[in-house]
Amino acid sequence: MQLKPKYLSLLILVLLVAAAPLFFPSGFYYRVGALIFINGIAVTGMVILIGYAGQISLGHAGFAGIGAYSCALAPVYLNIPPVAAIAFGAALSAALAWVVGRPILKLHGYYLGVATLGLGILISMVLLNEAQWTGGPDGIAVPDLGLRGLLRDMGLRVGAGELWYWVAALVMILGAWLALNLFDSPTGRALRALHGSEVAARTIGIDVPRHKLHAFVVSAVYASVSGSLLAQMNRLITPDVAGFMHSVQMVTMAVLGGVSSVLGAIFGATILTALPQLLTVFHQYEHMVLGLVMILVMIFLPDGLLPSILKRLKGRNEE
Amino acid sequence: MSDLLQFLLSGLTVGAVYALLALGFTIIFNASGVVNFAQGEFVMLGGMATAFGIAAGLPVPLAALLAILGTAALGVALNALAIAPARGAPVVSLIIITIGAAIFLQGAAGLLFDKQIHRYPGFSGEAALRILGATILPQSLWVIAGATLTFALLWLFFSRTLTGKAVLATANNPLAASLVGINTRAIMALSFGLSAAIGAVAGLLVTPITMTAYNTGVALALSGFAAAMLGGLGSPLGALVGGLLLGVLEALTAGYVSSQYKDAVSFILIILVLTFLPQGLLGRKSTDRV
Repeated sequence: MQLKPKYLSLLILVLLVAAAPLFFPSGFYYRVGALIFINGIAVTGMVILIGYAGQISLGHAGFAGIGAYSCALAPVYLNIPPVAAIAFGAALSAALAWVVGRPILKLHGYYLGVATLGLGILISMVLLNEAQWTGGPDGIAVPDLGLRGLLRDMGLRVGAGELWYWVAALVMILGAWLALNLFDSPTGRALRALHGSEVAARTIGIDVPRHKLHAFVVSAVYASVSGSLLAQMNRLITPDVAGFMHSVQMVTMAVLGGVSSVLGAIFGATILTALPQLLTVFHQYEHMVLGLVMILVMIFLPDGLLPSILKRLKGRNEE
Repeated sequence: MSDLLQFLLSGLTVGAVYALLALGFTIIFNASGVVNFAQGEFVMLGGMATAFGIAAGLPVPLAALLAILGTAALGVALNALAIAPARGAPVVSLIIITIGAAIFLQGAAGLLFDKQIHRYPGFSGEAALRILGATILPQSLWVIAGATLTFALLWLFFSRTLTGKAVLATANNPLAASLVGINTRAIMALSFGLSAAIGAVAGLLVTPITMTAYNTGVALALSGFAAAMLGGLGSPLGALVGGLLLGVLEALTAGYVSSQYKDAVSFILIILVLTFLPQGLLGRKSTDRV
């Protein structure tokens, strides 16, 4: 029986997520795992934007910031229940991406990079400076989602780390499934066509600006949900979530792992999230190692880690 | 009135630094088509190295010279080790490589120097000068004069020397340049060294005013990048105009609107400029070939 690549990817993902806890030496690793999945969600959005549509964004952390602060502020000021705040943040991010995306996405390459970078910085600046709402640089507490309480009432006692491991895993797999479905859909094909050549795509009747905008909005929603979950898990959020470095992290994770495949990008998220946790011993060298990894992978494995590894394995089989 | 003059003076000081940063971006972009996000690290390194040289007892001019030469060597090394091997890579890869280089240099500077904030006294003392009711630090005059001199020297270099013209030719068309016997690899190395040296000059001039630390590079790079984009990426005159404009606008915003949102104006402006004038204020119009 031959599985479709789409289902094979999902199956691998589910198996890895389910099997990983068997090897956890302590409860701390559930938190690391949850963090990986939360980054994995944002990175899946980057696959749609960068990998499918060929557009770059250096400002997507701004949308993560909107998602995160929606979870902190909407329940307090708008009386929206914490669960609905995630959807509220996603809707807000989508609306902003929709409005800003149209003029910005006319730009290409570095110009698109700087425009999105500006957008992200503006959002993080508002979060940093409007201290009466956002708590400023010290951050703000996030109301409890109530999930653990709900499970306790049902007689299930789950640690916070464990709970978030499974919740984030579920959302990530759902997101990966949607992204994989998109790949072969008419929209996915259109995106890949305009990635190859916008002019060629236009000549066969693809509405290029509309499709770029769709990819931008969808990826913004992914980033927003990722930010929301981060806020809910940590119960505290600081403006760093919307900062330039977080935007860079998202792009780097995706490109490092392999931006043209969902599985590869999540692999990149895994490595770049786990590496600093493992490198705490070498805390002093953390930045140097991270910078070096970014440079070396881009020079020697420009397709990203996972596709390059797979290619090498395939090549060996054929010999 | 004296308020306005005060804001203009401080804006010109910061703007001169932005202009030098933007010039560094421009030189590297013209030579290699790469936007070098590590440009801000050169400014940081110029300031840090000078601070440590002075602390070690070196006379100021010698410390400054060593800082410039060391940073320039680092620029050449960056090209040889990270940029040149990635020839022809897509824009996203190049962005990640230079951001990786910036993170690496930041980590290395934190380790090699330290993680404290550093400054040293201004070159001509610390007593503020009074001009028409506004005050200005003598060091600000150093910054503005240094930037003017750098731009003038560079203009002479590009328009009067054979090497400078070779750089322009390489920027215009690398293949044609190599066909007429220009060593384009050497030109690339030269451009990175030159750009790093310019960054170091900006850093060592402005450190007595703004102070420096190992992690100041990224913010500087973003402002310089913004200035270069504003003027039009690839045009040295655009770098000058974009840098000064950005500096003055930031100072006016900080003075009249809100100091917290002074950076916001520049980015709002950039989004507007890019939307309506996609090539920047002074950039060339380009058309895509299919």
